[in-house]
Amino acid sequence: MKLLIVDDSNIMRRAIEKYLTDFNLELVGTAGDGEAALQLFKAHLPELVTLDITMPRMDGLACLDEIMRLRPETKVLVISALKDPSTGLQALRKGAKGFLAKPFSPEEIRSEVQQILGLSS
Amino acid sequence: MTEVELKAFTRVVTQYFNNVTGTAAQLGLPYIKGERQETFDYTGVIGISGSRKGGVYYTAGKQLLEALGAFILGDEPLDDEALYDLVGELTNTIAGNMREIFGSNFLISVPIIMKGKIDDIVIKLKPPVFIIPIIWNGMNSHLAIGLE
Repeated sequence: MKLLIVDDSNIMRRAIEKYLTDFNLELVGTAGDGEAALQLFKAHLPELVTLDITMPRMDGLACLDEIMRLRPETKVLVISALKDPSTGLQALRKGAKGFLAKPFSPEEIRSEVQQILGLSS
Repeated sequence: MTEVELKAFTRVVTQYFNNVTGTAAQLGLPYIKGERQETFDYTGVIGISGSRKGGVYYTAGKQLLEALGAFILGDEPLDDEALYDLVGELTNTIAGNMREIFGSNFLISVPIIMKGKIDDIVIKLKPPVFIIPIIWNGMNSHLAIGLE
């Protein structure tokens, strides 16, 4: 299964990649903004995307709209510091399969991904 | 800014360090920023708009950020660029988490990152600017909040 990691923080991109190593996902790319993410998405059509919201150029919610338009079955996990319930709900309504608030532990992101991929713990 | 809001910021900071490192940060008594220099080696600044206007910045020394980064990435090396990135991400997380208190119209910018002792942080912090001293594992940092 192909994975795309999108976050404007390089540290967070590295952390997410590291924490998800055990899932044996094929990392097709990482992006620091929504526009770069969409280019990678169109080129590789990953099945799983982790997506930050607050990013330069194109934010994660706008990027999510485009991903859902291009390939609605994509499993998107939104990972954001925006912890208010309405932002999480908005992401889910737009088609995200999960929402994880920052800061998160390795166990929390693994659990979310496990759930999204329908894997038993 | 109300006392309740200030306490909410302190709670978010405490939770951040606790969640990421398992060790809670100790917070000093908040005070109002004066003329004195209040920045460490690296500073992340977030502009606030929408329901509130102003900004917040988090400032920390290299040693603290290296130690914090080690909790996130293990023994992967952290260069100077990574420390810039980390201070921005931390500031972004604290400001973003505050939407739990202020609601979804509390709009945060992407972080602006600065290095070194900055004489005049040209940001839109609205006075009075409150400084919350943060001590984690014996290392000092500050969160500054200036909101209308």
